[in-house]
Amino acid sequence: MNTVKPESRQPLHTVKHRVSHRKINYPAILLHLLLIAASILMIAPFWWMISSGLKDLSQIFIIPPKMFPDPWVWSNIHRSLTAMPFDKAYFNSAYISICIVLGQLLTCSMAAYAFAKINFPFRNTFFILFLSMLMVPEQVTIVPLYVILKNFGWLDTHLSLIIPDSLFSAFGVFLLRQFFLGIPRDLSESAYVDGANMWTIYWRIMIPLVKPALAALAIIAFLGTWNNFFRPVIFLSTTDNFTVPLMLSTFKGLYVTDWTLMMSGSAIAVIPVLLVYLLLQRYIIEGITMTGIKG
Amino acid sequence: MNPKRSNAIWGFFFIAPQLIGLLTFSLIPLISTFVISGLDWDGFSTPKFLGLENFTYAFQNPDFQKAMTNTLYYSVLTVPAGIFLALLTAVALNNVRLRVMYRLFFFMPVVTSSVAVAIVWMWLLNGDFGLVNVMLKQLFGVKGPQWLTDLHLVLPSLAIVSIWKGLGFNMVLFLAGLQGISKDYYEASMIDGATKSQQFWRITLPLLSPTTLFVTIIAVIDSFKVFDTAFVMTSGGPAKASYTMVYHLYELAFKNFQFGKSSAAAVVLFVIILVLTTLQTRLSRKWVHYAE
Repeated sequence: MNTVKPESRQPLHTVKHRVSHRKINYPAILLHLLLIAASILMIAPFWWMISSGLKDLSQIFIIPPKMFPDPWVWSNIHRSLTAMPFDKAYFNSAYISICIVLGQLLTCSMAAYAFAKINFPFRNTFFILFLSMLMVPEQVTIVPLYVILKNFGWLDTHLSLIIPDSLFSAFGVFLLRQFFLGIPRDLSESAYVDGANMWTIYWRIMIPLVKPALAALAIIAFLGTWNNFFRPVIFLSTTDNFTVPLMLSTFKGLYVTDWTLMMSGSAIAVIPVLLVYLLLQRYIIEGITMTGIKG
Repeated sequence: MNPKRSNAIWGFFFIAPQLIGLLTFSLIPLISTFVISGLDWDGFSTPKFLGLENFTYAFQNPDFQKAMTNTLYYSVLTVPAGIFLALLTAVALNNVRLRVMYRLFFFMPVVTSSVAVAIVWMWLLNGDFGLVNVMLKQLFGVKGPQWLTDLHLVLPSLAIVSIWKGLGFNMVLFLAGLQGISKDYYEASMIDGATKSQQFWRITLPLLSPTTLFVTIIAVIDSFKVFDTAFVMTSGGPAKASYTMVYHLYELAFKNFQFGKSSAAAVVLFVIILVLTTLQTRLSRKWVHYAE
């Protein structure tokens, strides 16, 4: 009866449209200029890394500095790749991170499912135990962890990095539990009535429903282990076992005066991760925002 | 089988891997840290019981004092400035066009390895040929300082690197917080004639306070755990001017093999982090505003 006809809104709309077109929005332009300046501050170090990494050693000390290398010394990349086994480090980092991600996805989702959906004795006690472990930084427990891993004979092997992180992430359990809690009870109950056991319910019904949370956990676990420096520097000692950050830090120790080589080495270490970041930036940023953990 | 027993079995089956992990790699190490802090032990020979001697030693040890004051100072340098800048950029980005593009740039350092960041900034902050000093000379005719070898500038330099690296992370958390504030508040206040700055101080800031608390706690904890940049860029130098708590416990344990003394330092670090987080949560009850 009293519905507004679309036509009656039309004139107002066009007026608004015209006004916003005529007015130049100075504050908005100023804001963009400031944001562009800030963005340059964020990107410039990356650019300088790549640019210095492709210069000749004589060029990088020129003042005023050159934005672009002239000539482009692509052989720097080859030099840094042969100076240190970066390919090996890449392989190590990749497979260690993938193992940890898969391990965490499985073990964290299992524990999270139990904490959210199964009523077993001492459930809350155990869950509080997990939660309180969130407060313990890895730096505080590093000495006993080192001793334990030494007794297992895992020092200077990748097991020292893979097993602890695959088997324990209080944060992963907590995150996934929140998601399992959001799944209505009748879903699993009807499957239970149909004769499915707990594992089938978990694997066939629950896991597909929490895929977004699993993706977020995977991203965070991957970044966290890929970039971790503290544990590798303490646990690993053979160059062939090194991860990318550890290799880079060793590289720095050896070539500290050759800035072109250091920058091309850093670029080699950083660029593949940045490419993945550019492709998946929405998921990465959302995953990290959702959880408030850097990895 | 009765359902109660079946639940118990399945429950323990599902938490078993993580529970084993928690015990082996977190709970037992945590308890052991406290135990080892009372021992004289190099990791190999038979440990000797010392009681609290490692702690009295620690507080008289100039290295420990240096590490402590450096870490506190570093925390003061990074946390307020980092949070202020992150809030500023988040507010600037909140309703702007091309937000996704800006966010992409600001977030780039967050995903980058801290070791790579440290090496690149070593070059940028190089006293003679670093881009920062060259730009200072070219643009302002100022001779830049020796950022990383000056006793008084080395920690501020590391703080700058850390703020640069962490800005995007804190910013996206603030952005999420800002997105969570209902537009109704702004519309209602606009009708009442509120100015932009009134809106910021009376609506945005109070309703953002849970996010601010969260970001602050994380930033403080992070600043106490600083290690990578100090290790790579300055090796704790010059003259221990960038020697931090974690560096100290690393050096005691894995350079000097004084596991007991290192664990005592770790216990102190743990207690400080616990006290600070509890304190912040307590204090926040006065100013954090949880919207319905």
